[in-house]
Amino acid sequence: MSTIQVQAPGLLTTVQDLGRQGFGPLGVSPSGAADPISLRLGNRLVGNHEGAAGLEMMLLGGTFIFPQGAIVALTGSDFGATLDDVSLNLSTSVEARPGQTIRLGPTKSGARCYLCVQGGISVKPFLRSASTHILSGLGGFEGRPLQKGDVVRIESSTEPFRRRTIAPAISEHLSRRKVLRVTAGPQADWFSESSLRSFYASTYRVGEQSNRMGLRLESGLERGLETGLEDGRERAAVSQRSVSHMITEGVSLGAIQVPTGGSPIILFVEQQTTGGYPKIANVISVDLHRVGQLRPRDEIRFEQVTFEAARSLLIEQEKLLSSKELILE
Amino acid sequence: MQKSTTDGVRFQPASDQSLLVYFGEQITLRAHQRVRRLLHLLQREPIIGVRNLNPAYCSILISFDALRLHHAELEAILLGYLERLDAVDLPEGRDMQVPTCYGGESGPDLNDVAALHGMTPGQVIELHASVTYTVFFLGFVPGFAYLGELPEALATPRLDSPRLTTPPGSVAIAGNQTGVYPFATPGGWRIIGRTPIAMFRPDRKAMSFLSIGDRVRFTPISAARFAELENA
Repeated sequence: MSTIQVQAPGLLTTVQDLGRQGFGPLGVSPSGAADPISLRLGNRLVGNHEGAAGLEMMLLGGTFIFPQGAIVALTGSDFGATLDDVSLNLSTSVEARPGQTIRLGPTKSGARCYLCVQGGISVKPFLRSASTHILSGLGGFEGRPLQKGDVVRIESSTEPFRRRTIAPAISEHLSRRKVLRVTAGPQADWFSESSLRSFYASTYRVGEQSNRMGLRLESGLERGLETGLEDGRERAAVSQRSVSHMITEGVSLGAIQVPTGGSPIILFVEQQTTGGYPKIANVISVDLHRVGQLRPRDEIRFEQVTFEAARSLLIEQEKLLSSKELILE
Repeated sequence: MQKSTTDGVRFQPASDQSLLVYFGEQITLRAHQRVRRLLHLLQREPIIGVRNLNPAYCSILISFDALRLHHAELEAILLGYLERLDAVDLPEGRDMQVPTCYGGESGPDLNDVAALHGMTPGQVIELHASVTYTVFFLGFVPGFAYLGELPEALATPRLDSPRLTTPPGSVAIAGNQTGVYPFATPGGWRIIGRTPIAMFRPDRKAMSFLSIGDRVRFTPISAARFAELENA
């Protein structure tokens, strides 16, 4: 059995696959990779099925030793990786020989980088998934982020090494966007015209407290809890009609809820399954992986599209992702 | 893709891959029964392309794969399910006990709650433990049961600023709801006690101690008994 020795864990490195669907009735959210497209591509580069478990790193990567060697690929954001001090390209499969070390540093672009290994990471599944749910300490490697000294097992695989890269055609689909596309949220009509205008006109900054549960959004203008006029400018805080009428209900991935304070929160992969705040909008499926690459202090805006447009974009993206030409050998 | 109404049922797209089904806009036992019935039917006869179900007080969020379904198709299929709701035989809810050590370190907000309502802490405990609650649904985090309804006299607003963490097993109230925090999570409900029972355990056959539809009573225990049960 091959292993990965964790010499330095990085800021927040967790085992993730594509999540556990279907356990909402138990209050269990899917979890899974914050940027699932990068994980899927990484798995394809090393010859795995798309949903195999890999390591998700956030903002600062770790240092990993491969005592028995491994076939690996890094995808997502550029964390300045090296293999025994030789720089390592993103989105290319590579063979680490026994005893070699992959070292990653701070991000040079987005929030997350994925390390996929041929065979996949081996952990005891919880509700059919390897994904770590950090808040409840369930799934993944002992239910927690990796620590120095951990020894992570790799599923055995006999496939020989093949050098694979990703076709440039996908790059546009994976590029970062300042404008995230959304559909109307289930309570969009609870918000006043001026609040909706403000929501779509404002530039929001991703808050420092953002995590896999949710991204807190701050807008430069906003200070108080209420909308109103100050220095002749309308504040960007979103005003709501009837929060007191809101009955707790199921919340979808990417829902943008607006708590009483008026600062929106994007509910993310490790989200609460139900919530009691009105949702003004919902990030569309094809842009969810981009949410996973947002760093604290990144600036974003929102643009509304129809449900039909969102679905067409998803069909187009999945067609591209499932194409054989995507992976070059 | 607009809202439609069928026998008080309303469909509302929540995202490009999810649909909310509302049974009215009020927390009632009738709405709860309809939620349970639809959940039961959808679990027994899954719809191809549906990925997840999130029941709540008077709604179910249905998440689906947009490559296989779209909102209008799902609504059409659901109409067929909704017509059969009345014929669904629901499994009987169980009677469950949650032993609870009230006040002190276990219930840091008990005195404040008592003061808010002009009661003694003893009266709050007596009232909280006097009612048989219904598990309306599990949500928020694994194994968190939304229990109702709290006696009107105990209805209490949430804390102004949520705690960053709550000890697992904390028994708390908010509005006309009560519940038990299964994990050390942030939380804005007021903590009046603590149970030694593990509300969610992945190594137990029924991972969640409570299930939707169960009837629940809180039974007061001493700090000494709490310690005994916790170490048992």
